[in-house]
Amino acid sequence: MDYKTVLTTCAYCGCGCGLCLEVLDGRLIGTLPSKTNPINEGKLCVKGWNIHEFVQHPDRITKPLIRKNGALVEASWDEALDFTVSRLKEIKEDHGSDSIAFLASAKVTNEENYLIMKFARAAVGTNNVDHCARL
Amino acid sequence: MYDAIKDRVTELLSTGEIKGFLALKSENGHIIPHLYVSPEEIDQLSIGDGGTEGDGRYPLAKILTMLLKNHAGERFGILVRGCDQRALKALAAWNQIDLERVVPIGVSCTEERATACACALPYPDEWLEGEQVAPEDPRPVEWEEKGPPQRLELWRAEFEKCIKCYGCRNICPMCFCKECSLESADVVTKGEIPPDLPMFHLVRALHMIGRCVDCGLCEEACPANIPLRALYKKVNDIVETRFQFRSGIDQKEQSPLHKIVEPPAAI
Ligand code: SF4
Ligand code: SF4
Ligand code: SF4
Repeated sequence: MDYKTVLTTCAYCGCGCGLCLEVLDGRLIGTLPSKTNPINEGKLCVKGWNIHEFVQHPDRITKPLIRKNGALVEASWDEALDFTVSRLKEIKEDHGSDSIAFLASAKVTNEENYLIMKFARAAVGTNNVDHCARL
Repeated sequence: MYDAIKDRVTELLSTGEIKGFLALKSENGHIIPHLYVSPEEIDQLSIGDGGTEGDGRYPLAKILTMLLKNHAGERFGILVRGCDQRALKALAAWNQIDLERVVPIGVSCTEERATACACALPYPDEWLEGEQVAPEDPRPVEWEEKGPPQRLELWRAEFEKCIKCYGCRNICPMCFCKECSLESADVVTKGEIPPDLPMFHLVRALHMIGRCVDCGLCEEACPANIPLRALYKKVNDIVETRFQFRSGIDQKEQSPLHKIVEPPAAI
């Protein structure tokens, strides 16, 4: 028998609320707000309260998918990345750098957001960088 | 610290009298709920001292209800303050838990905590840590002093701040329904904030009759700082005056509303 709570940070937005994920016998079963976190002081919004739900959800996408003949088909990471690179190159060539935009995310780290910004500006050559909340 | 509790838990775990002890744990400067299953880890025990004593409180009675349901037949120890024990008794009266399978280990709250909680009963039946303190009058008098029209206006302004996070319900040890009225489209319009005024808050207040043990966890969890406690205290007050019924204290039945009796004198 094993019940523990794992202290972590909410992945939904940039606020950074502290929460405890409840784990019972190896399964994620619930979320509690961290009472001692100075950001949220024991409070959460409706998304934070339910954040455990997506982790083990059967609908969660865990592998890359590529649309082929109108249907989404599972692909390897290599295939997915090669496909993305070749399409980005084509689009840039045909329509120019500013026909491409990058949406960063509150769900990732500052460093990863920095990287996507750098990739947009230095590799692709566009200033079209925005936040996923403005999608 | 808390040697009396640690010794008792070590004994209970070593003899196999309990399968686990549900309490709190200090980890990286934070306080989190934890189920202790072996005496070796008991050194990490916390009774919930965050910034001020007892402010790292979690809905332990609610977690225990889940543990008891998932591990049929096992017995568990649990760290209890006055409110946790009231919740356990009320949960037993509502047939949610079997007290035979629960070994409470008590903590009596400090005066500071009792005042912060506006608590009328800041100690469990028995305790191994702390002293019994006499609480100040815990009634929300500031609301009583105002006339009904002003009260209505103030409550409306409070309820309008609600972001419908459901935190008050999620954290409440006494909210155990499989289907919640607050998620029913007949009661609360989907996808709208603030929720229907004052239905959302009054439905919850009415559903707490015979249940609310006045622990204050809901108000602590409310991101909108709505004084939910004042509302539920008022409901509890009416139930006590009219029906001589207080949840979690020698509670033998679920709710006074479950009985068919002569109605009480008009309020
Ligand atoms: S509600 Fe009462 S018993 Fe519970 S922590 Fe507060 S003072 Fe203690
Ligand atoms: S005070 Fe709030 S959280 Fe505690 S039992 Fe009453 S309604 Fe539930
Ligand atoms: S905790 Fe506060 S904001 Fe959240 S649903 Fe309850 S009353 Fe509304």
